[in-house]
Amino acid sequence: MERMPPPNRIGPLAWARANLLSGPFNILLTLLGLWLLWAIVPPVLEWALLKAQFLGDSRDDCGGEGACWVFVRVHLPQFLYGFYPEAERWRVNLGVALLAVFAVPLAWRRLRENVWAWAALFLAYPLLAWWLFHGGLGLPEVDTSRWGGLFLTLVVAGSSMAAALPLGILLALGRRSELPVVKAVSTVFIEFWRGVPHITVLFMASVMLPLFLPSGVDLDKLLRALIGVAIFAGAYMAEVIRGGLQGVPAGQLEAAKALGLSYWRQMRLVVLPQALRLVIPGIVNVFIALFKDTSLVLIIGLFDLLGVVQAAVTNPQWLGYAIEGYVFAALVFWLFCYGMSVLSRRLERRLNVGRGAPQELA
Amino acid sequence: MSASESKAPPDAVPLWRRPRLRGWLLQALLLAAVLGAVGLMFGNALDNLARQGIASGFGFWDQPAGFGINTTLIEYSETSSYGRAFLVGLLNTLLVSAIGIVLATLVGFVIGVARLSPNALIRGWAYAYVEVIRNIPLLLQIFFWYFAVLRPLPGPREAISLFDLAFLSNRGLQLPRPLPEQGFGWLLAAFLVGIVAAVVLLRRGRGGGRWWWSLAALLLPPLAVAALVGWPLGWSVPELTRFNFRGGMALTPEFVALVLALSLYTASFIAEIVRAGIQSVRRGQREAAAALGLPPGLTLRKVVLPQAMRVIVPPLTNQYLNLTKNSSLAAAIAYPDLVSVFAGTVLNQTGQAVEVISITMAVYLAISLTIAALMGWYNRRQALVER
Repeated sequence: MERMPPPNRIGPLAWARANLLSGPFNILLTLLGLWLLWAIVPPVLEWALLKAQFLGDSRDDCGGEGACWVFVRVHLPQFLYGFYPEAERWRVNLGVALLAVFAVPLAWRRLRENVWAWAALFLAYPLLAWWLFHGGLGLPEVDTSRWGGLFLTLVVAGSSMAAALPLGILLALGRRSELPVVKAVSTVFIEFWRGVPHITVLFMASVMLPLFLPSGVDLDKLLRALIGVAIFAGAYMAEVIRGGLQGVPAGQLEAAKALGLSYWRQMRLVVLPQALRLVIPGIVNVFIALFKDTSLVLIIGLFDLLGVVQAAVTNPQWLGYAIEGYVFAALVFWLFCYGMSVLSRRLERRLNVGRGAPQELA
Repeated sequence: MSASESKAPPDAVPLWRRPRLRGWLLQALLLAAVLGAVGLMFGNALDNLARQGIASGFGFWDQPAGFGINTTLIEYSETSSYGRAFLVGLLNTLLVSAIGIVLATLVGFVIGVARLSPNALIRGWAYAYVEVIRNIPLLLQIFFWYFAVLRPLPGPREAISLFDLAFLSNRGLQLPRPLPEQGFGWLLAAFLVGIVAAVVLLRRGRGGGRWWWSLAALLLPPLAVAALVGWPLGWSVPELTRFNFRGGMALTPEFVALVLALSLYTASFIAEIVRAGIQSVRRGQREAAAALGLPPGLTLRKVVLPQAMRVIVPPLTNQYLNLTKNSSLAAAIAYPDLVSVFAGTVLNQTGQAVEVISITMAVYLAISLTIAALMGWYNRRQALVER
């Protein structure tokens, strides 16, 4: 015999009774929530959309009570490309598109196990991108001081992420090494760079690094910043990966040794694939943190997205539109970071599906 | 004959394939590389400094700094030394971090508990807060509070007034300042005695009555002192004069923006830690507490939170460290913290990058290690009491 559920347990009214009105305190909370809705949502909508000014191309078109998105509209090319010459911007677009060409095939399983596909992404693409963005060899040169905006943010974020994984893996393996010197060097390196603020690392890269180089060797400002970012990215990534290494059962390593695999094969074929899979959420969290931290480069005088927005809102000709500028920058950063966290949650779920069965057997 | 055979058996592992030897070789190479790189950098640095005519060593420490600082906890003037400026910056960093940590913890715990509220609306708001705030760079949030909210505020004459006690204007936040008078030390001592007595009574006592006893123990000593010497604490309330405020204490807009951004940003991470901690306590524990007839408040305090704290404390420590290190972003809005004063102004004036940056990094390392050690101690104590 099938019976219908009791009528008062389902439906929107019953849901509301259980979730919103289950007691006097709960009712109070509901009132608080509703008050927040009333106090925040309508004014924000009104400011951002209903009373906002979207069209126009100069400051004179602004004036209403709402937001003046003309400010963002006028500055959009700067926000995206910085001071990259207008005629050469196609190179930036092409470079970003090429990244997709190199990266997307890796979603395909067959290619994911192919070393050359990874080598192309991590070795060939950076060289190609550098040539495209910087020029030389037939392309007009664009000095890195003219790079900026979202483009520069992506360059810094991309290179720090690309550097973080290999550096982090090496450092994590070093910290778990049985060789005392290797272990000590890795541990000190990791703990030192994790213990100091990122700003001081960037300061160091920008003012101290030139002193350490032989005279005559002049490193580009952007390159110095990238070195600084790569150092702390590697140190943070190392700690995440170490967590994963500790999560791999000792029997796996022993089995690999028993098979007579060399150290690097033990790691590459047995330990690392399991360890990395364990810490995918942690890795993505480091990526998100790195992406947000790219904004720090503005303190040493590079114009990333936030740097360009900051320059625009403090521009005397456009005073008074700071909120619009910051909201735009925040939205861009938010989309990237939230997108990454959603992706990581999905990836984690997919990988867990395949892993459930053997674990239950053990 | 047999001895020579055992020395070199025909199937011996060649010298270069022996793991121990390879290990030593690898380590020797690494050590040589590290030392070589450090030596090379050191040599280059000496060369470059000599060529640019930059002094080296810590001789600058006692020289007069010659610049002013607008927020100082200790006496400081333009004639003070660089060392004094360093101390001012360090204290400002500690001040911002301490206040930020307290506020972030409060907001974080509230939001974290709200994430698990039975009320769907509150749950939704807490979720929105966490997902919006933690996915936006901290520097952007600092800029937002400083350049978009606090700086465009009206001047002192049109300041936003809170009950005529506090004022918010483009000069910052004006608050009433406590004025200790004669005998304040006695009041403070009596207060401390009261706290100690109250805690002892609360721990040793039994039954519901102990709450009243400990409350009495908390209040009686200070009241007795007040009755004897009079209430030795006055308040200086900010007052608007023609152009500016007089009296009270002023928090600069830089300070307010930094504290707001730091604590709200870190709170979003703390909220997630608190949520995970509470969720780590098994449902059976709650149900058992309910079966024993404990009311919900007591269940949270006596059953859920003590178990959740074990999960919460280690990542919470990390967030405190992060907040302290992130306070160095003060340099971007010129709040005079350690990085801004020392690695900024002092570095520019002296040019001694190596010394200044090394000292700055050493200070943060020391702070990091101290907080980590303190929290480790707390963690160990917690674990012992529980089992």
